[in-house]
Amino acid sequence: MTSPEWTGPAIFVEDVHKSFGEVQALRGIDLVVERGKVLGLLGPNGAGKTTAVKILTTLLRPDRGRALVEGRDVVRSPAAVREIIGLAGQAAAIQEELTGRENLDIMGRLYHLDEATRKRRTAELLERFDLSDAADRPTKGYSGGMQRRLDLALSLVAQPQVLFLDEPTTGLDPRSRLGMWDVIRELVSTGTSLLLTTQYLDEADELADEIVVIDHGQVIAAGTSQELKNRIGGDILEFAVVERERLGEAAEAVGTLSEADPVLDAETGRLSLRVGDGGSYALVETVRRLDHLGVRTEGLGVRRPSLDDVFLALTGHGAEEQETSPAHHRRATRSH
Amino acid sequence: MTTAALPTLVALDIPNPPLAQRFQRGLADVGALTRRELLIWFRNPAFIFFTLIQPVMFVLLFRYVFGGAIPVNIRGGYVNFLMPGIIAQSAAFASFGTAISLARQLQKGVIDRFRAMPMARSAVLLGRLVADTLRVILTVVLILAVGYGVGFRFSNGVGPAILMCILSVLFGVAICTISGFVGLAIKDEESVGSFGLVWLFPLTFVSSAFVPVASMPGWLQAFAKNQPVTIVIDELRSLALGGPLVLHAWQSALWLAGIMAVFVPLAVRAYRQAG
Repeated sequence: MTSPEWTGPAIFVEDVHKSFGEVQALRGIDLVVERGKVLGLLGPNGAGKTTAVKILTTLLRPDRGRALVEGRDVVRSPAAVREIIGLAGQAAAIQEELTGRENLDIMGRLYHLDEATRKRRTAELLERFDLSDAADRPTKGYSGGMQRRLDLALSLVAQPQVLFLDEPTTGLDPRSRLGMWDVIRELVSTGTSLLLTTQYLDEADELADEIVVIDHGQVIAAGTSQELKNRIGGDILEFAVVERERLGEAAEAVGTLSEADPVLDAETGRLSLRVGDGGSYALVETVRRLDHLGVRTEGLGVRRPSLDDVFLALTGHGAEEQETSPAHHRRATRSH
Repeated sequence: MTTAALPTLVALDIPNPPLAQRFQRGLADVGALTRRELLIWFRNPAFIFFTLIQPVMFVLLFRYVFGGAIPVNIRGGYVNFLMPGIIAQSAAFASFGTAISLARQLQKGVIDRFRAMPMARSAVLLGRLVADTLRVILTVVLILAVGYGVGFRFSNGVGPAILMCILSVLFGVAICTISGFVGLAIKDEESVGSFGLVWLFPLTFVSSAFVPVASMPGWLQAFAKNQPVTIVIDELRSLALGGPLVLHAWQSALWLAGIMAVFVPLAVRAYRQAG
């Protein structure tokens, strides 16, 4: 089903609020996704990403504000919204007792496709997502990466105009993650408008045309990955001290090189400092001062800022800080 | 990103499709979901066990192990007493699958996914109900076949025998609506599996399913005699073997209608709120 009469953006969100009892999940967010573009909605766990997706996919009603998908109001015409969207993410739609082919076939039936179309679409998607060999095995035995790919395939059965991917790679191993990125990139090249939520900065950096950073239910920054990095302004000096207990001493020594405060990680002995466009000077000075003090370093260098730095600068905490996995736990503290 | 720079966007006004088309699509959705549930059921050893193997084991256990020690004053002996009871009990236990699979689908987010698709909201629960009905029918037919193999005989004519089958299926479906509500309300597969359905045990065992109620202590008889499972089973027995029909018939009908009237809306509400 097409809507040629609509010439606006694929997704338009205006001042949307949503609370669950006392908890304000969304506190007035605005979003625009132009047709054929990818918006990366970036934020830590509990920032409101999933709530936003649930509102846009008609699973939740906003308390206030307006949300349009291809011009269809999610509150007034939810049925019309459901006709043109696809939703995928953490392999939720897969029924593990059924084979990949059966999962796709039933999805086709639920989208009222006739038998010939279902067969063709199913074969096409299995081929495209590299699942043909496993097509007739129960999905219980699929690897994590295969399950995510099938989940994505399921959301594409009816060729949606707008696709929502809710944390499509969370919990995947690095290799499957790269595979998933390839699949998403290819998908986007065919012109589907996409809203992607993620808590991984590199993922947003890699896939999104535009990034919206949300934290505590509010948009705290928006722009292209380059624009966000420019906001930080210039280079980042980074190194780790070999003797962790000398981190404070090192911070004091290089602190005067910049107006920004150095960011310290006591656990790893790592220090990073925004040094503007004076990267080379800062590097030379750092070597000189630390050498003078006799502080030994590892991995000393100047680099362009990553989205991680952006997040830290915007929110005062790391992007993945609130993740429950202890492996991801990081303690970034600011010195004063 | 400032919205001020954008012209005011006016949402498209999209009319709902005509009622006839929606109805037709709704039927197709129910069909697709019924098919889905049945496929899942066939592939799941635990569900097969609860609905097919366990009832057969019960028939054999009670017929040959306990049966000899349970005196009943009935033509054809204990096997004829047992079969209507075990049919009802199995139909009720078949609802395990309903509760566990609804809780699992809710927990995994499958149901959320369905809700973001252009299908009738009622289709998920209706598809389940149709699939469950087919499942219960299969269970009843299987037990009757095994029952015939171990000596059970209808002795009240074909019409009442068919009515007995229909009543036992309706009973199973009514219990499925309770289980469905429990599954949707608890929302956690493991909890449902371990304690969500314990109420089924006193309900089916403290009844006239396996032993005459008169053999129980007095205080227990009060419950056993008046609870719906006994009432339905007594009616099943009367239909299968002959006996007083009328009193139990309207009581059974009332109970089943009552259960559905309470638990169908409760399940629908839990379904709407879940997620």
